[in-house]
Amino acid sequence: MSDKYIVISEVRDGELRHVSFEAIAAAKEINADAEIVGVVVGDGSLESLAKELIYYGADRVISVSHEKLKTYTSEGYGQSIMAIINDENPAGIIMGHTSIGKDLSPKLASKLETGLISDAVAIEKDDDQPVFIRPIYSGKAFEKKIITNGITFVTIRPNNISALEKDESRSGDIETKNVDIADIRTIVKDVVRKASKGVDLSEANVIIAGGRGVKSEDGFKPLYELAEVLGGAVGASRGACDAEYCDYALQIGQTGKVVTPDLYIAVGISGAIQHLAGMSNSKVIVAINKDPEANIFNIADYGIVGDLFEVIPLLIEEFKKVK
Amino acid sequence: MNIYVLLKKTFDTEEKISVAGGTIEDEGAEFIINPYDEYAVEEAITQRDAHGGEVTVVTVGDEDSEKQLRTALAMGADKAVLINTEEDLDEGDSFTTVKILEAYFEDKEVDLILAGNVAIDEASGQVGPRLAELLGFPYVTTITNLDIKDETVTIEKDVEGDVEIIETSLPLLVTCQQGLNEPRYPSLPGIMKAKKKPLEELEIDDLDLDEEDVEAKTKTIDIYLPPEKEAGRVLEGEISDQVSELVSLLKNEKKVL
Ligand SMILES: Cc1cc2nc3c(=O)[nH]c(=O)nc-3n(C[C@H](O)[C@H](O)[C@H](O)COP(=O)(O)OP(=O)(O)OC[C@H]3O[C@@H](n4cnc5c(N)ncnc54)[C@H](O)[C@@H]3O)c2cc1C
Ligand SMILES: Cc1cc2nc3c(=O)[nH]c(=O)nc-3n(C[C@H](O)[C@H](O)[C@H](O)COP(=O)(O)OP(=O)(O)OC[C@H]3O[C@@H](n4cnc5c(N)ncnc54)[C@H](O)[C@@H]3O)c2cc1C
Repeated sequence: MSDKYIVISEVRDGELRHVSFEAIAAAKEINADAEIVGVVVGDGSLESLAKELIYYGADRVISVSHEKLKTYTSEGYGQSIMAIINDENPAGIIMGHTSIGKDLSPKLASKLETGLISDAVAIEKDDDQPVFIRPIYSGKAFEKKIITNGITFVTIRPNNISALEKDESRSGDIETKNVDIADIRTIVKDVVRKASKGVDLSEANVIIAGGRGVKSEDGFKPLYELAEVLGGAVGASRGACDAEYCDYALQIGQTGKVVTPDLYIAVGISGAIQHLAGMSNSKVIVAINKDPEANIFNIADYGIVGDLFEVIPLLIEEFKKVK
Repeated sequence: MNIYVLLKKTFDTEEKISVAGGTIEDEGAEFIINPYDEYAVEEAITQRDAHGGEVTVVTVGDEDSEKQLRTALAMGADKAVLINTEEDLDEGDSFTTVKILEAYFEDKEVDLILAGNVAIDEASGQVGPRLAELLGFPYVTTITNLDIKDETVTIEKDVEGDVEIIETSLPLLVTCQQGLNEPRYPSLPGIMKAKKKPLEELEIDDLDLDEEDVEAKTKTIDIYLPPEKEAGRVLEGEISDQVSELVSLLKNEKKVL
């Protein structure tokens, strides 16, 4: 035991997001001998979440519960987590590159006057020095980055670094920390939930994404059916969202969710760079498009040139046979 | 209102990217205003037109950044500031940029700063929130609507597709998300006017900064292109045969089912 790494977890709908467990694994990749201190903040009892972090590899957990932490604000979370960082003096901090991670991590880094490597998808070691790999230029290139000064502060892209096996025999200290939270200047008045509960696109292993080619809200129905057969989730291009075939919560790309499933099936999507930025790291990509020149075929492993309304029903039948 | 826009010049990622010796080849490449900063410029102009005041566009860059600043002026910004680091600095990261911006804003009266939520090249998304923290401003990232009424600012924030309604106050820093507005194209008269609008050029020395004050905390040690993907296979034959072949390939070859 030498270095200490803080993993800032993230809760959605009362459950930890999977990237929190991946962040624990990332900390272990950076330093296999490190003590991993999980952090969970929220409102109400956080004990079961804290235990979950320990099952996934945290050595101990610090939780902060406060009514002002019911919804995320950079100030509320920032004050709580800074108090922990100041107490613990960690060698590193890891969290998910999610909406909250992107909002909070630069604030903490600024306060700590440290560097921050955002959106890492893999970690390598050069002797003892961790090297972080991150996509740049809308995913067209990758860079290897190191911290040259100060603590190792990193956010990781969901679904790229494998979490450790869950081990319910693990135990560890769970500390409840009281933090005074000063006035918050950005008040969340309301949250209009658009994403359906339970599906977190960034964690899905199979994604069926529809584009403008799907042509209507009804046109998405077969995509949902296919997703169900495959145990996957439905996503969309900006084109489909703008045309109101589906909700913006499904949008994948530079301004939407960034996903890395095992299987991505792009249906009636042309493959604009901003869309590719959100999915080009997927392990296997299938494109279904009636235009043989569509850019999506340039990054697809397999393509079917054809009318999606003919192809999708056949696919559903065929997948049912093998599932 | 004193409105500032943080603007970054970026490589147009629609273009082909080539790498040589661990760096991106930018010889002859097309540079543009980071698309999310276009939303910021547009919003700044709209807010100024509604509430009065002045829009100043600020960039940390090099001599060539003047082109993007002039475009922002042509869209309707009033003034531009180029903090040119070409002579003084070889390396930098988000920390560097933000330290420089902090020094620039130190003696300014500011009501609102608009930035992009992310730059499409290096894409760390750090600059906005980092700067807000140093200036002691509240901030809201990835905004899709901004409404300023007297002392109260009401914002719609995109949170992975959900929408948060946030109430806050000035001074404030926001980062702009797609959906906020439709950036205008510079008009011909706008382009003519832009040539005469003030563009101030500063160096870090003018901001009382030394190289050590802004020394980067991270370093890029390599840049490379992803391994060339085997050309994808476009299947052939009857559609129903293609479908069976696809399913069998996914199952047996790629083993993703
Ligand atoms: C700053 C910025 C950010 C952006 N962010 C994103 C983002 O995050 N995500 C995103 O997706 N886009 C984003 N975009 C938009 C992007 O540039 C494209 O406009 C968008 O991705 C196009 O969506 P699409 O492929 O569904 O539509 P289109 O480009 O219109 O493509 C539709 C495709 O469907 C095919 N088709 C039509 N009918 C059929 C049929 N019957 N069977 C099979 N195929 C059919 C057509 O051949 C065509 O290829 C962004 C743009 C900007 C400027
Ligand atoms: C001399 C020097 C060399 C540098 N070399 C590198 C390098 O090799 N690699 C590297 O990653 N970075 C380098 N930087 C920093 C770089 O210019 C960026 O500011 C920084 O990397 C953040 O970029 P990003 O794409 O992550 O921006 P993001 O944080 O994603 O940008 C978000 C928003 O912040 C604002 N913003 C970002 N950068 C600037 C800027 N320069 N001026 C005004 N507003 C801005 C824009 O509104 C932008 O939309 C260097 C900086 C200097 C001064």
